[in-house]
Amino acid sequence: MLEVTGLAVAYGGINAVKGIAFSVRQGEIVALIGANGAGKTSTLKSLAGLVPAAAGRVHYDGVDVTGFPSYRLVALGMALVPEGRGIFARLTVAENLDLGGYTRSDVAGLRADRERMYALFPRLAERRAQNAGTLSGGEQQMLALARALMSRPRLLLLDEPSMGLAPLMVQKIFETIRSIAASGVTILLVEQNAKLALQMCERGYVMESGQITLQDDAAALLANPQVRRAYLGE
Amino acid sequence: MNAHSAAQMRTATKQSGKRAGYALLVLGLIVLPFAVDALLGRAWVRIIDVALLFTMLALGLNIVVGYAGLLDLGYVAFFAVGAYAYALLASPQFGIHFPFLILLPCGALIAACFGALLGAPTLKLRGDYLAIVTLGFGEIIRILLNNLNRPFNLTNGPQGITLIDPLQAGAFTLGKSFSIAGISVASVHAYYFVFLLCALLVIAVSLRLEDSRIGRAWIAIREDELAAKAMGINTRNIKLLAFAMGATFGGLSGGLFAAFQGFISPESFTLLDSIMILCMVVVGGMGHVPGVVLGAVLLTALPEALRYAGPLQEQWLGRVYIDPADLRMLLFGLALVLMMLFRPAGLWPSKIRKREWST
Repeated sequence: MLEVTGLAVAYGGINAVKGIAFSVRQGEIVALIGANGAGKTSTLKSLAGLVPAAAGRVHYDGVDVTGFPSYRLVALGMALVPEGRGIFARLTVAENLDLGGYTRSDVAGLRADRERMYALFPRLAERRAQNAGTLSGGEQQMLALARALMSRPRLLLLDEPSMGLAPLMVQKIFETIRSIAASGVTILLVEQNAKLALQMCERGYVMESGQITLQDDAAALLANPQVRRAYLGE
Repeated sequence: MNAHSAAQMRTATKQSGKRAGYALLVLGLIVLPFAVDALLGRAWVRIIDVALLFTMLALGLNIVVGYAGLLDLGYVAFFAVGAYAYALLASPQFGIHFPFLILLPCGALIAACFGALLGAPTLKLRGDYLAIVTLGFGEIIRILLNNLNRPFNLTNGPQGITLIDPLQAGAFTLGKSFSIAGISVASVHAYYFVFLLCALLVIAVSLRLEDSRIGRAWIAIREDELAAKAMGINTRNIKLLAFAMGATFGGLSGGLFAAFQGFISPESFTLLDSIMILCMVVVGGMGHVPGVVLGAVLLTALPEALRYAGPLQEQWLGRVYIDPADLRMLLFGLALVLMMLFRPAGLWPSKIRKREWST
Protein backbone atom coordinates (compact mmCIF):
# COMPACT_ATOMS: atom_id res chain seq x y z
CA MET A 1 0.00 0.00 0.00
CA LEU A 2 2.87 2.34 0.86
CA GLU A 3 6.22 1.97 -0.84
CA VAL A 4 9.02 4.33 0.12
CA THR A 5 12.40 4.36 -1.64
CA GLY A 6 15.41 6.53 -0.98
CA LEU A 7 13.45 9.09 1.04
CA ALA A 8 15.52 11.97 2.38
CA VAL A 9 14.43 15.01 4.38
CA ALA A 10 16.65 18.00 5.02
CA TYR A 11 16.14 21.19 7.01
CA GLY A 12 18.54 23.75 5.65
CA GLY A 13 21.88 21.96 5.78
CA ILE A 14 20.83 19.33 8.32
CA ASN A 15 19.93 15.92 6.94
CA ALA A 16 17.24 14.51 9.21
CA VAL A 17 16.42 11.52 7.04
CA LYS A 18 19.17 10.12 4.84
CA GLY A 19 17.62 7.97 2.16
CA ILE A 20 15.43 5.30 3.72
CA ALA A 21 13.33 2.57 2.13
CA PHE A 22 10.41 0.74 3.68
CA SER A 23 6.95 -0.50 2.84
CA VAL A 24 3.59 -0.99 4.47
CA ARG A 25 1.21 -3.60 3.11
CA GLN A 26 -2.56 -3.31 3.08
CA GLY A 27 -4.06 -4.16 6.48
CA GLU A 28 -0.75 -4.23 8.34
CA ILE A 29 0.37 -2.42 11.44
CA VAL A 30 3.98 -1.42 10.94
CA ALA A 31 6.12 0.23 13.61
CA LEU A 32 8.93 2.68 13.07
CA ILE A 33 10.91 2.79 16.30
CA GLY A 34 14.01 4.67 17.34
CA ALA A 35 15.44 7.16 19.78
CA ASN A 36 14.79 10.90 19.93
CA GLY A 37 16.10 12.68 16.87
CA ALA A 38 16.41 9.55 14.75
CA GLY A 39 14.25 11.12 12.03
CA LYS A 40 10.98 9.30 12.67
CA THR A 41 8.78 12.37 12.88
CA SER A 42 10.45 13.94 9.86
CA THR A 43 9.71 10.77 7.91
CA LEU A 44 6.01 10.89 8.83
CA LYS A 45 5.72 14.62 8.15
CA SER A 46 7.27 14.11 4.77
CA LEU A 47 4.90 11.22 3.97
CA ALA A 48 1.94 13.41 4.95
CA GLY A 49 3.11 16.25 2.72
CA LEU A 50 3.89 18.67 5.54
CA VAL A 51 7.60 18.95 4.77
CA PRO A 52 9.07 18.45 1.30
CA ALA A 53 11.22 15.42 0.57
CA ALA A 54 14.80 16.25 -0.50
CA ALA A 55 15.06 13.01 -2.45
CA GLY A 56 13.35 9.69 -2.96
CA ARG A 57 9.97 8.47 -4.10
CA VAL A 58 6.75 7.59 -2.33
CA HIS A 59 4.18 5.29 -3.91
CA TYR A 60 0.77 5.07 -2.31
CA ASP A 61 -1.73 2.58 -3.68
CA GLY A 62 0.45 2.21 -6.76
CA VAL A 63 0.36 5.96 -7.44
CA ASP A 64 3.51 8.05 -7.29
CA VAL A 65 2.53 10.64 -4.68
CA THR A 66 5.99 12.14 -4.22
CA GLY A 67 5.67 15.85 -3.59
CA PHE A 68 1.88 15.77 -3.27
CA PRO A 69 0.57 18.51 -0.95
CA SER A 70 -1.15 17.38 2.23
CA TYR A 71 -4.65 18.25 1.04
CA ARG A 72 -4.36 15.84 -1.89
CA LEU A 73 -3.01 13.07 0.31
CA VAL A 74 -5.84 13.47 2.82
CA ALA A 75 -8.31 13.26 -0.03
CA LEU A 76 -6.58 10.03 -1.13
CA GLY A 77 -7.19 8.53 2.30
CA MET A 78 -3.94 9.19 4.14
CA ALA A 79 -4.34 10.83 7.56
CA LEU A 80 -1.73 11.95 10.06
CA VAL A 81 -2.15 12.17 13.80
CA PRO A 82 0.63 14.64 14.49
CA GLU A 83 3.18 14.49 17.26
CA GLY A 84 1.92 16.28 20.35
CA ARG A 85 -1.59 15.63 19.03
CA GLY A 86 -2.03 19.03 17.34
CA ILE A 87 -5.63 19.46 18.37
CA PHE A 88 -7.31 22.85 17.99
CA ALA A 89 -7.19 23.70 21.68
CA ARG A 90 -9.50 26.69 21.54
CA LEU A 91 -12.21 25.03 19.49
CA THR A 92 -14.73 22.59 20.90
CA VAL A 93 -14.47 18.84 20.60
CA ALA A 94 -17.29 18.87 18.03
CA GLU A 95 -15.59 21.59 15.98
CA ASN A 96 -12.37 19.59 16.02
CA LEU A 97 -14.17 16.55 14.65
CA ASP A 98 -15.84 18.67 11.95
CA LEU A 99 -12.43 19.91 10.82
CA GLY A 100 -11.23 16.32 10.64
CA GLY A 101 -13.86 15.70 7.97
CA TYR A 102 -12.89 18.85 6.09
CA THR A 103 -12.10 17.11 2.80
CA ARG A 104 -15.46 15.33 2.72
CA SER A 105 -18.69 16.88 1.57
CA ASP A 106 -21.25 14.14 2.34
CA VAL A 107 -23.13 15.87 5.15
CA ALA A 108 -25.15 12.83 6.21
CA GLY A 109 -22.08 10.59 6.25
CA LEU A 110 -20.17 13.11 8.30
CA ARG A 111 -22.93 13.32 10.87
CA ALA A 112 -23.07 9.53 11.09
CA ASP A 113 -19.29 9.32 11.45
CA ARG A 114 -19.30 11.89 14.21
CA GLU A 115 -21.82 9.84 16.13
CA ARG A 116 -19.67 6.77 15.47
CA MET A 117 -16.70 8.59 17.03
CA TYR A 118 -18.79 9.49 20.05
CA ALA A 119 -19.75 5.84 20.39
CA LEU A 120 -16.12 4.77 20.07
CA PHE A 121 -14.96 7.42 22.55
CA PRO A 122 -17.77 8.08 25.06
CA ARG A 123 -15.56 10.56 26.90
CA LEU A 124 -15.56 12.78 23.83
CA ALA A 125 -19.35 12.63 23.64
CA GLU A 126 -19.58 13.90 27.21
CA ARG A 127 -17.27 16.76 26.37
CA ARG A 128 -18.45 17.58 22.86
CA ALA A 129 -19.25 21.24 23.65
CA GLN A 130 -16.10 21.75 25.69
CA ASN A 131 -12.91 23.47 24.57
CA ALA A 132 -10.50 20.77 23.37
CA GLY A 133 -7.73 22.46 25.36
CA THR A 134 -9.52 21.62 28.61
CA LEU A 135 -9.34 17.87 27.97
CA SER A 136 -6.78 15.67 29.70
CA GLY A 137 -3.80 14.42 27.71
CA GLY A 138 -5.39 11.05 27.08
CA GLU A 139 -8.67 12.58 26.01
CA GLN A 140 -6.80 14.88 23.66
CA GLN A 141 -5.08 11.87 22.11
CA MET A 142 -8.47 10.21 21.65
CA LEU A 143 -9.73 13.37 20.02
CA ALA A 144 -6.72 13.48 17.71
CA LEU A 145 -7.40 9.87 16.68
CA ALA A 146 -11.12 10.47 16.23
CA ARG A 147 -10.46 13.62 14.24
CA ALA A 148 -8.10 11.76 11.89
CA LEU A 149 -10.67 8.98 11.46
CA MET A 150 -13.27 11.56 10.40
CA SER A 151 -11.52 11.80 7.03
CA ARG A 152 -12.19 8.04 6.55
CA PRO A 153 -8.54 7.19 6.05
CA ARG A 154 -7.26 3.92 4.64
CA LEU A 155 -3.75 4.60 5.88
CA LEU A 156 -3.29 6.16 9.30
CA LEU A 157 0.07 7.69 10.23
CA LEU A 158 0.43 7.85 14.02
CA ASP A 159 3.19 9.94 15.54
CA GLU A 160 4.01 9.01 19.14
CA PRO A 161 0.48 8.35 20.39
CA SER A 162 1.84 7.37 23.83
CA MET A 163 3.74 10.61 24.36
CA GLY A 164 3.16 12.20 27.76
CA LEU A 165 0.41 9.83 28.81
CA ALA A 166 -0.02 7.84 32.00
CA PRO A 167 0.63 4.09 31.58
CA LEU A 168 -3.01 3.18 32.02
CA MET A 169 -4.04 5.69 29.36
CA VAL A 170 -1.32 4.38 27.03
CA GLN A 171 -2.84 0.90 27.34
CA LYS A 172 -6.24 2.31 26.48
CA ILE A 173 -4.99 4.25 23.47
CA PHE A 174 -3.17 1.21 22.14
CA GLU A 175 -6.29 -0.92 22.53
CA THR A 176 -8.14 1.66 20.49
CA ILE A 177 -5.45 1.64 17.82
CA ARG A 178 -5.75 -2.14 17.65
CA SER A 179 -9.50 -1.91 17.14
CA ILE A 180 -9.03 0.74 14.45
CA ALA A 181 -6.65 -1.64 12.69
CA ALA A 182 -9.15 -4.45 13.06
CA SER A 183 -11.72 -2.32 11.26
CA GLY A 184 -9.48 -2.45 8.18
CA VAL A 185 -7.34 0.68 8.46
CA THR A 186 -3.66 0.21 7.65
CA ILE A 187 -1.40 1.79 10.26
CA LEU A 188 2.13 3.14 10.28
CA LEU A 189 3.06 3.74 13.88
CA VAL A 190 5.99 5.83 15.03
CA GLU A 191 6.90 5.18 18.67
CA GLN A 192 9.60 5.61 21.24
CA ASN A 193 7.90 3.05 23.44
CA ALA A 194 9.41 0.24 21.39
CA LYS A 195 8.14 -2.66 23.46
CA LEU A 196 4.52 -1.61 23.32
CA ALA A 197 4.73 -0.81 19.62
CA LEU A 198 6.38 -4.08 18.64
CA GLN A 199 3.94 -6.13 20.71
CA MET A 200 1.12 -4.76 18.63
CA CYS A 201 2.70 -4.83 15.17
CA GLU A 202 3.39 -7.36 12.51
CA ARG A 203 6.62 -5.82 11.34
CA GLY A 204 8.97 -3.14 12.52
CA TYR A 205 11.78 -0.89 11.34
CA VAL A 206 14.45 0.54 13.61
CA MET A 207 15.71 4.01 12.78
CA GLU A 208 18.99 5.50 13.93
CA SER A 209 20.30 8.97 12.99
CA GLY A 210 18.34 9.22 9.81
CA GLN A 211 18.79 5.68 8.56
CA ILE A 212 16.97 2.38 8.91
CA THR A 213 19.40 0.01 10.61
CA LEU A 214 17.20 -3.00 11.24
CA GLN A 215 14.02 -4.45 9.83
CA ASP A 216 12.24 -7.65 10.72
CA ASP A 217 9.07 -9.23 12.03
CA ALA A 218 8.01 -7.63 15.25
CA ALA A 219 8.55 -10.82 17.24
CA ALA A 220 12.07 -11.19 15.87
CA LEU A 221 12.87 -7.59 16.70
CA LEU A 222 11.57 -8.06 20.21
CA ALA A 223 13.96 -11.00 20.59
CA ASN A 224 16.89 -9.25 18.94
CA PRO A 225 19.59 -8.65 21.59
CA GLN A 226 20.66 -5.40 19.95
CA VAL A 227 17.13 -4.04 20.09
CA ARG A 228 16.65 -5.30 23.63
CA ARG A 229 19.77 -3.50 24.78
CA ALA A 230 19.14 -0.23 22.97
CA TYR A 231 15.37 0.20 23.21
CA LEU A 232 13.94 -2.18 25.77
CA GLY A 233 16.32 -1.23 28.56
CA GLU A 234 17.94 -4.61 29.13
CA MET B 1 -53.49 24.62 29.89
CA ASN B 2 -50.71 22.06 30.28
CA ALA B 3 -47.01 22.83 30.50
CA HIS B 4 -46.31 21.68 26.95
CA SER B 5 -48.64 24.11 25.26
CA ALA B 6 -47.46 26.84 27.60
CA ALA B 7 -43.94 26.26 26.37
CA GLN B 8 -45.19 26.36 22.79
CA MET B 9 -46.87 29.65 23.50
CA ARG B 10 -43.66 30.99 24.92
CA THR B 11 -41.62 30.11 21.87
CA ALA B 12 -44.34 31.54 19.67
CA THR B 13 -44.33 34.84 21.54
CA LYS B 14 -40.55 34.78 21.50
CA GLN B 15 -40.59 34.39 17.73
CA SER B 16 -43.15 37.11 17.16
CA GLY B 17 -41.17 39.27 19.58
CA LYS B 18 -38.06 38.66 17.49
CA ARG B 19 -39.95 39.58 14.33
CA ALA B 20 -41.23 42.75 15.95
CA GLY B 21 -37.68 43.55 16.99
CA TYR B 22 -36.44 43.23 13.43
CA ALA B 23 -39.28 45.39 12.13
CA LEU B 24 -38.42 48.01 14.71
CA LEU B 25 -34.75 47.85 13.73
CA VAL B 26 -35.57 48.34 10.04
CA LEU B 27 -37.86 51.23 10.85
CA GLY B 28 -35.21 52.75 13.09
CA LEU B 29 -32.56 52.49 10.37
CA ILE B 30 -34.88 54.18 7.86
CA VAL B 31 -35.80 57.03 10.20
CA LEU B 32 -32.29 57.41 11.63
CA PRO B 33 -30.78 59.96 9.18
CA PHE B 34 -33.84 62.20 9.30
CA ALA B 35 -34.01 62.09 13.09
CA VAL B 36 -30.29 62.78 13.41
CA ASP B 37 -30.60 65.64 10.92
CA ALA B 38 -33.39 67.23 12.95
CA LEU B 39 -31.76 66.72 16.35
CA LEU B 40 -28.01 67.06 15.79
CA GLY B 41 -27.65 68.67 12.41
CA ARG B 42 -26.58 67.58 8.95
CA ALA B 43 -22.93 67.16 9.92
CA TRP B 44 -23.91 64.14 11.97
CA VAL B 45 -25.67 62.47 9.07
CA ARG B 46 -22.37 62.73 7.26
CA ILE B 47 -20.62 61.15 10.21
CA ILE B 48 -23.07 58.24 10.11
CA ASP B 49 -22.32 57.82 6.41
CA VAL B 50 -18.61 57.64 7.19
CA ALA B 51 -19.33 55.20 10.02
CA LEU B 52 -21.05 52.90 7.52
CA LEU B 53 -18.00 53.07 5.23
CA PHE B 54 -15.77 52.17 8.16
CA THR B 55 -18.14 49.34 9.08
CA MET B 56 -17.48 47.80 5.68
CA LEU B 57 -13.74 48.34 6.06
CA ALA B 58 -13.65 46.86 9.54
CA LEU B 59 -15.64 43.82 8.39
CA GLY B 60 -13.21 43.34 5.54
CA LEU B 61 -10.23 43.47 7.85
CA ASN B 62 -12.10 41.20 10.25
CA ILE B 63 -11.91 38.42 7.66
CA VAL B 64 -8.13 38.67 7.50
CA VAL B 65 -7.38 39.38 11.16
CA GLY B 66 -10.44 38.05 12.99
CA TYR B 67 -11.15 34.87 11.05
CA ALA B 68 -7.82 33.84 9.53
CA GLY B 69 -5.65 35.38 12.27
CA LEU B 70 -3.32 37.14 9.79
CA LEU B 71 -2.23 40.46 11.26
CA ASP B 72 -2.54 43.05 8.48
CA LEU B 73 -1.27 46.56 9.21
CA GLY B 74 -1.59 47.86 5.66
CA TYR B 75 -5.26 47.24 5.10
CA VAL B 76 -6.00 50.84 4.14
CA ALA B 77 -4.10 50.17 0.90
CA PHE B 78 -7.10 48.24 -0.45
CA PHE B 79 -9.37 51.12 0.51
CA ALA B 80 -7.02 53.37 -1.48
CA VAL B 81 -6.96 51.03 -4.48
CA GLY B 82 -10.76 50.95 -4.60
CA ALA B 83 -10.99 54.70 -4.21
CA TYR B 84 -8.43 55.46 -6.91
CA ALA B 85 -9.89 52.88 -9.28
CA TYR B 86 -13.20 54.71 -9.03
CA ALA B 87 -11.70 58.18 -9.08
CA LEU B 88 -9.50 57.65 -12.15
CA LEU B 89 -12.34 56.23 -14.23
CA ALA B 90 -15.05 58.65 -13.15
CA SER B 91 -13.50 62.11 -13.10
CA PRO B 92 -12.04 64.77 -15.37
CA GLN B 93 -8.55 63.38 -14.62
CA PHE B 94 -8.64 61.38 -17.86
CA GLY B 95 -12.03 62.60 -18.98
CA ILE B 96 -13.42 59.08 -18.44
CA HIS B 97 -16.84 58.75 -16.84
CA PHE B 98 -17.81 55.10 -16.47
CA PRO B 99 -21.07 54.30 -14.68
CA PHE B 100 -20.72 53.43 -11.03
CA LEU B 101 -22.54 50.12 -11.40
CA ILE B 102 -19.54 48.90 -13.40
CA LEU B 103 -16.89 50.77 -11.46
CA LEU B 104 -17.79 49.65 -7.94
CA PRO B 105 -17.54 45.89 -8.67
CA CYS B 106 -14.45 46.49 -10.80
CA GLY B 107 -12.80 48.47 -8.01
CA ALA B 108 -13.59 45.68 -5.56
CA LEU B 109 -12.16 43.13 -8.01
CA ILE B 110 -8.97 45.13 -8.56
CA ALA B 111 -8.57 45.44 -4.79
CA ALA B 112 -9.04 41.66 -4.50
CA CYS B 113 -6.19 41.17 -7.00
CA PHE B 114 -4.01 43.45 -4.89
CA GLY B 115 -5.04 41.39 -1.85
CA ALA B 116 -3.81 38.22 -3.52
CA LEU B 117 -0.70 40.10 -4.64
CA LEU B 118 0.08 40.97 -1.03
CA GLY B 119 -0.89 37.50 0.16
CA ALA B 120 1.30 35.51 -2.23
CA PRO B 121 4.74 36.57 -0.97
CA THR B 122 3.64 36.51 2.69
CA LEU B 123 2.19 32.99 2.80
CA LYS B 124 4.92 31.67 5.09
CA LEU B 125 4.91 34.65 7.43
CA ARG B 126 2.96 34.95 10.65
CA GLY B 127 2.48 37.37 13.50
CA ASP B 128 5.02 40.17 13.81
CA TYR B 129 6.75 39.38 10.54
CA LEU B 130 3.54 39.46 8.58
CA ALA B 131 2.58 42.72 10.30
CA ILE B 132 5.82 44.35 9.16
CA VAL B 133 5.46 43.25 5.55
CA THR B 134 1.82 44.35 5.35
CA LEU B 135 2.73 47.66 6.93
CA GLY B 136 5.35 48.13 4.23
CA PHE B 137 2.83 47.21 1.56
CA GLY B 138 0.40 49.86 2.82
CA GLU B 139 3.13 52.49 2.74
CA ILE B 140 4.26 51.46 -0.75
CA ILE B 141 0.76 51.97 -2.11
CA ARG B 142 0.41 55.38 -0.44
CA ILE B 143 3.84 56.56 -1.60
CA LEU B 144 3.17 55.31 -5.13
CA LEU B 145 -0.10 57.27 -5.24
CA ASN B 146 1.78 60.28 -3.96
CA ASN B 147 4.47 60.08 -6.65
CA LEU B 148 2.75 58.72 -9.73
CA ASN B 149 2.29 62.21 -11.17
CA ARG B 150 5.63 61.91 -12.95
CA PRO B 151 6.80 61.00 -15.56
CA PHE B 152 3.23 60.30 -16.56
CA ASN B 153 0.49 61.93 -14.50
CA LEU B 154 -1.59 58.99 -13.33
CA THR B 155 -2.71 59.94 -9.83
CA ASN B 156 -2.11 63.71 -9.78
CA GLY B 157 0.25 63.20 -6.85
CA PRO B 158 -0.33 64.90 -3.51
CA GLN B 159 -2.95 67.22 -5.02
CA GLY B 160 -5.23 64.26 -5.34
CA ILE B 161 -8.14 63.85 -7.69
CA THR B 162 -11.02 66.30 -7.65
CA LEU B 163 -14.48 66.53 -9.17
CA ILE B 164 -15.06 62.79 -8.91
CA ASP B 165 -18.49 61.80 -10.19
CA PRO B 166 -21.07 61.13 -7.51
CA LEU B 167 -23.17 57.98 -7.80
CA GLN B 168 -25.34 58.82 -10.79
CA ALA B 169 -27.34 57.19 -13.54
CA GLY B 170 -28.37 59.29 -16.52
CA ALA B 171 -29.67 62.62 -15.30
CA PHE B 172 -30.29 61.30 -11.80
CA THR B 173 -27.51 61.97 -9.30
CA LEU B 174 -27.01 61.45 -5.60
CA GLY B 175 -24.67 64.46 -5.59
CA LYS B 176 -27.53 66.92 -5.17
CA SER B 177 -30.74 66.83 -3.19
CA PHE B 178 -33.79 65.55 -5.01
CA SER B 179 -37.36 64.87 -4.11
CA ILE B 180 -39.37 61.67 -4.08
CA ALA B 181 -43.15 61.98 -3.78
CA GLY B 182 -42.86 65.53 -2.51
CA ILE B 183 -40.25 64.69 0.18
CA SER B 184 -36.93 66.38 -0.36
CA VAL B 185 -34.00 63.99 0.13
CA ALA B 186 -30.61 65.58 0.70
CA SER B 187 -27.44 64.08 -0.80
CA VAL B 188 -26.12 62.79 2.55
CA HIS B 189 -29.44 61.07 3.22
CA ALA B 190 -29.41 59.36 -0.15
CA TYR B 191 -25.83 58.19 0.40
CA TYR B 192 -26.86 56.90 3.80
CA PHE B 193 -29.29 54.48 2.21
CA VAL B 194 -26.82 53.34 -0.44
CA PHE B 195 -24.11 52.78 2.20
CA LEU B 196 -26.59 51.06 4.49
CA LEU B 197 -27.51 48.60 1.74
CA CYS B 198 -23.86 47.91 0.94
CA ALA B 199 -23.02 47.51 4.63
CA LEU B 200 -25.91 45.07 5.07
CA LEU B 201 -24.63 43.13 2.07
CA VAL B 202 -21.13 43.00 3.57
CA ILE B 203 -22.59 41.90 6.93
CA ALA B 204 -24.61 39.16 5.23
CA VAL B 205 -21.58 37.89 3.30
CA SER B 206 -19.45 37.97 6.47
CA LEU B 207 -21.99 35.97 8.46
CA ARG B 208 -22.41 33.47 5.66
CA LEU B 209 -18.64 33.03 5.32
CA GLU B 210 -18.20 32.60 9.06
CA ASP B 211 -20.56 29.64 9.04
CA SER B 212 -19.09 27.94 5.97
CA ARG B 213 -16.39 25.42 5.13
CA ILE B 214 -14.11 28.29 4.20
CA GLY B 215 -14.82 30.09 7.47
CA ARG B 216 -14.00 26.97 9.46
CA ALA B 217 -10.79 26.54 7.48
CA TRP B 218 -9.79 30.14 8.29
CA ILE B 219 -10.38 29.53 11.97
CA ALA B 220 -8.38 26.29 11.83
CA ILE B 221 -5.46 28.17 10.26
CA ARG B 222 -5.72 30.83 12.95
CA GLU B 223 -5.61 28.20 15.67
CA ASP B 224 -2.87 25.91 14.34
CA GLU B 225 -1.62 26.11 10.80
CA LEU B 226 0.25 22.81 10.75
CA ALA B 227 -2.71 20.90 12.15
CA ALA B 228 -4.95 22.66 9.64
CA LYS B 229 -2.69 21.37 6.89
CA ALA B 230 -2.86 17.87 8.30
CA MET B 231 -6.67 18.09 8.12
CA GLY B 232 -6.35 18.43 4.36
CA ILE B 233 -6.95 22.17 4.21
CA ASN B 234 -5.23 23.83 1.28
CA THR B 235 -3.74 26.50 3.51
CA ARG B 236 -2.14 28.40 0.64
CA ASN B 237 -5.37 28.99 -1.27
CA ILE B 238 -7.45 29.54 1.84
CA LYS B 239 -5.05 32.22 3.09
CA LEU B 240 -4.97 33.92 -0.30
CA LEU B 241 -8.75 33.84 -0.30
CA ALA B 242 -8.81 35.58 3.09
CA PHE B 243 -6.61 38.37 1.78
CA ALA B 244 -8.65 38.68 -1.42
CA MET B 245 -12.03 38.61 0.35
CA GLY B 246 -10.93 41.20 2.88
CA ALA B 247 -9.53 43.40 0.12
CA THR B 248 -12.79 43.11 -1.85
CA PHE B 249 -14.73 44.79 0.95
CA GLY B 250 -12.01 47.41 1.28
CA GLY B 251 -12.15 48.13 -2.45
CA LEU B 252 -15.92 48.43 -2.48
CA SER B 253 -15.79 50.80 0.45
CA GLY B 254 -13.06 52.82 -1.27
CA GLY B 255 -15.13 53.30 -4.42
CA LEU B 256 -18.10 54.49 -2.38
CA PHE B 257 -15.82 56.81 -0.43
CA ALA B 258 -14.48 58.43 -3.62
CA ALA B 259 -17.99 58.97 -4.99
CA PHE B 260 -19.20 60.33 -1.66
CA GLN B 261 -16.34 62.77 -1.07
CA GLY B 262 -15.82 63.88 -4.65
CA PHE B 263 -12.15 64.36 -3.78
CA ILE B 264 -9.42 61.94 -2.71
CA SER B 265 -5.72 62.30 -2.06
CA PRO B 266 -3.02 59.99 -0.65
CA GLU B 267 -3.43 61.75 2.69
CA SER B 268 -6.66 59.83 3.34
CA PHE B 269 -4.85 56.50 3.29
CA THR B 270 -2.14 56.62 5.95
CA LEU B 271 -0.82 54.05 8.39
CA LEU B 272 -2.89 55.73 11.09
CA ASP B 273 -6.03 54.84 9.15
CA SER B 274 -4.94 51.21 8.96
CA ILE B 275 -4.37 51.19 12.70
CA MET B 276 -7.72 52.85 13.29
CA ILE B 277 -9.52 50.13 11.31
CA LEU B 278 -7.59 47.47 13.20
CA CYS B 279 -8.65 49.13 16.47
CA MET B 280 -12.28 48.94 15.39
CA VAL B 281 -11.92 45.19 14.87
CA VAL B 282 -10.06 44.61 18.14
CA VAL B 283 -12.17 46.92 20.30
CA GLY B 284 -15.41 45.56 18.91
CA GLY B 285 -14.50 41.89 19.16
CA MET B 286 -12.26 40.09 16.67
CA GLY B 287 -14.05 37.57 14.53
CA HIS B 288 -17.53 38.57 15.68
CA VAL B 289 -19.59 40.51 13.14
CA PRO B 290 -21.91 42.42 15.53
CA GLY B 291 -18.92 43.35 17.66
CA VAL B 292 -16.94 44.65 14.70
CA VAL B 293 -19.90 46.74 13.54
CA LEU B 294 -20.19 48.19 17.04
CA GLY B 295 -16.45 48.93 17.10
CA ALA B 296 -16.58 50.71 13.73
CA VAL B 297 -19.57 52.87 14.68
CA LEU B 298 -18.17 53.74 18.12
CA LEU B 299 -14.69 54.62 16.94
CA THR B 300 -16.05 56.79 14.12
CA ALA B 301 -18.59 58.61 16.27
CA LEU B 302 -16.64 59.13 19.50
CA PRO B 303 -13.80 61.24 18.08
CA GLU B 304 -16.40 63.40 16.33
CA ALA B 305 -18.36 63.81 19.55
CA LEU B 306 -15.17 65.01 21.25
CA ARG B 307 -15.07 67.97 18.87
CA TYR B 308 -17.62 69.53 21.22
CA ALA B 309 -15.03 69.40 23.99
CA GLY B 310 -13.49 72.71 22.85
CA PRO B 311 -16.61 74.90 22.98
CA LEU B 312 -17.75 73.18 26.17
CA GLN B 313 -14.48 74.03 27.93
CA GLU B 314 -14.84 77.62 26.83
CA GLN B 315 -18.39 77.74 28.10
CA TRP B 316 -17.73 76.13 31.47
CA LEU B 317 -14.12 77.01 32.25
CA GLY B 318 -13.71 80.27 30.43
CA ARG B 319 -11.02 79.11 28.05
CA VAL B 320 -9.78 76.01 26.20
CA TYR B 321 -7.33 74.15 28.42
CA ILE B 322 -6.82 71.05 26.33
CA ASP B 323 -7.03 71.22 22.58
CA PRO B 324 -9.87 68.88 21.44
CA ALA B 325 -7.55 67.19 18.95
CA ASP B 326 -5.10 66.32 21.76
CA LEU B 327 -7.95 65.27 23.99
CA ARG B 328 -9.16 62.86 21.35
CA MET B 329 -5.86 61.01 21.15
CA LEU B 330 -5.48 61.09 24.92
CA LEU B 331 -8.89 59.59 25.56
CA PHE B 332 -8.51 57.15 22.71
CA GLY B 333 -5.26 55.85 24.18
CA LEU B 334 -6.80 55.63 27.62
CA ALA B 335 -9.82 53.80 26.27
CA LEU B 336 -7.59 51.25 24.51
CA VAL B 337 -5.57 50.59 27.67
CA LEU B 338 -8.71 50.17 29.77
CA MET B 339 -10.20 47.89 27.12
CA MET B 340 -7.19 45.60 27.07
CA LEU B 341 -7.25 45.41 30.85
CA PHE B 342 -10.92 44.78 31.41
CA ARG B 343 -12.34 43.42 28.18
CA PRO B 344 -9.40 41.87 26.33
CA ALA B 345 -11.65 39.90 23.98
CA GLY B 346 -13.43 43.10 22.84
CA LEU B 347 -16.64 44.86 23.77
CA TRP B 348 -18.84 42.24 22.16
CA PRO B 349 -16.77 39.11 21.59
CA SER B 350 -17.80 35.94 19.82
CA LYS B 351 -18.36 32.77 21.81
CA ILE B 352 -15.08 31.29 20.65
CA ARG B 353 -13.09 34.35 21.67
CA LYS B 354 -14.80 34.45 25.03
CA ARG B 355 -13.81 30.84 25.55
CA GLU B 356 -10.26 31.56 24.43
CA TRP B 357 -9.84 34.27 27.01
CA SER B 358 -11.43 32.30 29.80
CA THR B 359 -9.23 29.20 29.42
